[in-house]
Amino acid sequence: MADITGSVPEARSLDIPSMLKEAGITALLVLALTIVMVGFRTIDVPGGISVNYRFEAVAVSVGIAFVGRLILILMRRGRSLPAMLVLGPLVLLQLLALLVPDTFGILQPYPDPVLNWLIVIVSVMLLARATWANWHTSQEFTREQLEKRQDESAAKAQKILGYLGPVLLIGALALPFFFSGDRQMIDIAILVTTYIMLGWGLNIVVGLAGLLDLGYVAFYAVGAYSYALLATHFGLSFWVCLPFAGAMAALAGVLLGFPVLRLRGDYLAIVTLGFGEMIRIILLNWYQFTGGPDGISGIPKPSFFGIPMERPEEGVLSFHSLLGIEYEPVHKLIFLYYLILALALLTNLFTVRIRKLPIGRAWEALREDEIACRSLGVNPRNTKLTAFGIGAMFAGFAGSFFATRQGFISPESFTFIESAVILAIVVLGGFGSQIGVVVAAIVMIGLPEIFRDLQEYRMLAFGGAMVLIMLWRPQGLLAHREPTIRLHPKGGAPEPGEVGTDAPDAGGTPETTAERP
Amino acid sequence: MLEIRGVHTFYGNIEALKGVDLDVHEGEIVTLIGANGAGKSTLLMTVCGSPQAQRGSVTYEDTEITRMATFDIVRLGIAQSPEGRRIFPGMTVLENLQLGAITTNPDFFEDDVAKVFDLFPRLKERSNQRGGTLSGGEQQMLAIGRALMSRPRLLLLDEPSLGLAPLIVKNVFRVIEKINKEGITVFLVEQNAYHALRIAHRGYVMANGKILKSGTGKELLADPSVRAAYLEGG
Ligand SMILES: Nc1ncnc2c1ncn2[C@@H]1O[C@H](COP(=O)(O)OP(=O)(O)OP(=O)(O)O)[C@@H](O)[C@H]1O
Ligand SMILES: [Mg+2]
Repeated sequence: MADITGSVPEARSLDIPSMLKEAGITALLVLALTIVMVGFRTIDVPGGISVNYRFEAVAVSVGIAFVGRLILILMRRGRSLPAMLVLGPLVLLQLLALLVPDTFGILQPYPDPVLNWLIVIVSVMLLARATWANWHTSQEFTREQLEKRQDESAAKAQKILGYLGPVLLIGALALPFFFSGDRQMIDIAILVTTYIMLGWGLNIVVGLAGLLDLGYVAFYAVGAYSYALLATHFGLSFWVCLPFAGAMAALAGVLLGFPVLRLRGDYLAIVTLGFGEMIRIILLNWYQFTGGPDGISGIPKPSFFGIPMERPEEGVLSFHSLLGIEYEPVHKLIFLYYLILALALLTNLFTVRIRKLPIGRAWEALREDEIACRSLGVNPRNTKLTAFGIGAMFAGFAGSFFATRQGFISPESFTFIESAVILAIVVLGGFGSQIGVVVAAIVMIGLPEIFRDLQEYRMLAFGGAMVLIMLWRPQGLLAHREPTIRLHPKGGAPEPGEVGTDAPDAGGTPETTAERP
Repeated sequence: MLEIRGVHTFYGNIEALKGVDLDVHEGEIVTLIGANGAGKSTLLMTVCGSPQAQRGSVTYEDTEITRMATFDIVRLGIAQSPEGRRIFPGMTVLENLQLGAITTNPDFFEDDVAKVFDLFPRLKERSNQRGGTLSGGEQQMLAIGRALMSRPRLLLLDEPSLGLAPLIVKNVFRVIEKINKEGITVFLVEQNAYHALRIAHRGYVMANGKILKSGTGKELLADPSVRAAYLEGG
């Protein structure tokens, strides 16, 4: 208790047995987790399946967890010097093993060089931190102070990104001109933008209304199948089907909404997850209607508001003959890119606007306190249903786009992992943060696509990022809620017009009455 | 204005209200006092429909509201500042007030905010601060202010002086009188019997889910058993 050295506040006394116990528990956990998944590996052999044992990898993982935990404990208790003394030689050995594999190769922990380098990088980062802590008496922050600081920096980052918003927008608009020859880049841009749109759509349900929806992909699927079926059976055009697909998805959203209205939190999440699976299984088994596992193919590409984008033929009006430009296949791709960009921006604009309308306000209030909402006259049932419906509608739009872009859809495109990825984008970006979703979508979808070679490690990076976020910033990277209304900063009398200068349409326009829940 | 007749309210098997009769007339301040667990908050909540009365009836201006949903009752012109304040912690003071006004015509918003800030200048200074970071007293002011934003004709207040410094308590009761003078009927639940009965036109005393006594504020203040139970040493 009595820490006489006192000068370094966080240098608490070391309790070796409890340290060993904590590290031991960590190692045991790792053992339990890895023994089956890493320790045994099924391999195909002629005439069946056989099992390979990889217990050395398990042992190495357990060892790393034990030593790593010890070092973290040391650092947490302000003993950075011993942490450095342990880490330093380990890093040296690692580097030797990796750089001079002929002599020291035996010291490499795993057979996979990427993993080994990862371990080296993490150790060096820890070492740097320990070294830094050794020479700088750092302040110790309480959890609250830390969160406040993080919130402030998130606010700052959001502000900067807010200015960056127009730049990003111009960049997004100009993107096809930079990469006009590069089909792959435009393809990736289309993919990322689709996820941005889905993230924004889900943000309405999860971020604003606070309803944890794990089955969002179901509405994406409803939208995609709506368009695909209408287009292939009745030859209706994309632009006719788009509103219809949105409406169908919204209807599905409301239908799901009804039974789950009373559920909250985890229970809601489980039921929505089930709903997502139900839709997929129906699509898989209703063979006559949906084509089952064969899916639907030959879905037509969208036209330019009725003017086909195809290779010009004699006597047929086409986009290119109209503009008098050479036909190039990549134009079709660029058109698709602008299409999804417009849809995504629509979603964003809608969300930004609706936050300032009574219904949007009611969503946010419902997330904070349902009972208080009720006592203020908010009808929670209708409010939640609109959130589900509108969120689903945007998923439906995105779904029709997906169908038209792919030309082929099957239930395989709408598995739970899609819902998880979309939700991860929302969580990572920060619930309710529009720009956060963009950043998260680029990080989660764009980077792995660009670094395709590292595909194998995608899930590793994904898991690692999630763990780090949960440790340091559970509310999401850029989670910082901007108020929708402000008094004039000088605090003058709230004369008419003073209130809500940031949001001139926040309370006064007649159309707000119409939006009332 | 508000007629409560033979109301029984249950929490599961627990009978929290055992046949309560109570009236609030237009323009009055009516105070309800009683020991902890007497059922005061339950009565206030029953008026708002959650929980609903199992037997008996609640009538507001000739409309029976016993079985109506809370959010519909509120739209009839009843506002409530509930026990525990229940402000929205993540939202700013101004946004909280905005939510209070969610059932009213947005054209009134600016005037109403000015009125609330007039009653509670503290809220104006803090208008951009998040509700959760307000002090307890400020939160109480916000809860009352938010209730006023819906332009109620009947205001239900559950222990508005809870946890406030004596000087602020006086101020809160002054504000309640002021609100009442402007034409809003007030039904007040309080532990602070002295102040609450002094400003009340009429009062009720409740114990174990029943009304024990009723009378004008003055009568109750002078009543020896009330004095003994709620004013002296209590
Ligand atoms: N949600 C609930 N579930 C079960 N019992 C409840 C519930 N709420 C209140 N009660 C019980 O009902 C009785 C009346 O409670 P109520 O809150 O109305 O008392 P009160 O008069 O407001 O007391 P206080 O002055 O302490 O606020 C108490 O015995 C209480 O334990
Ligand atoms: Mg109470």
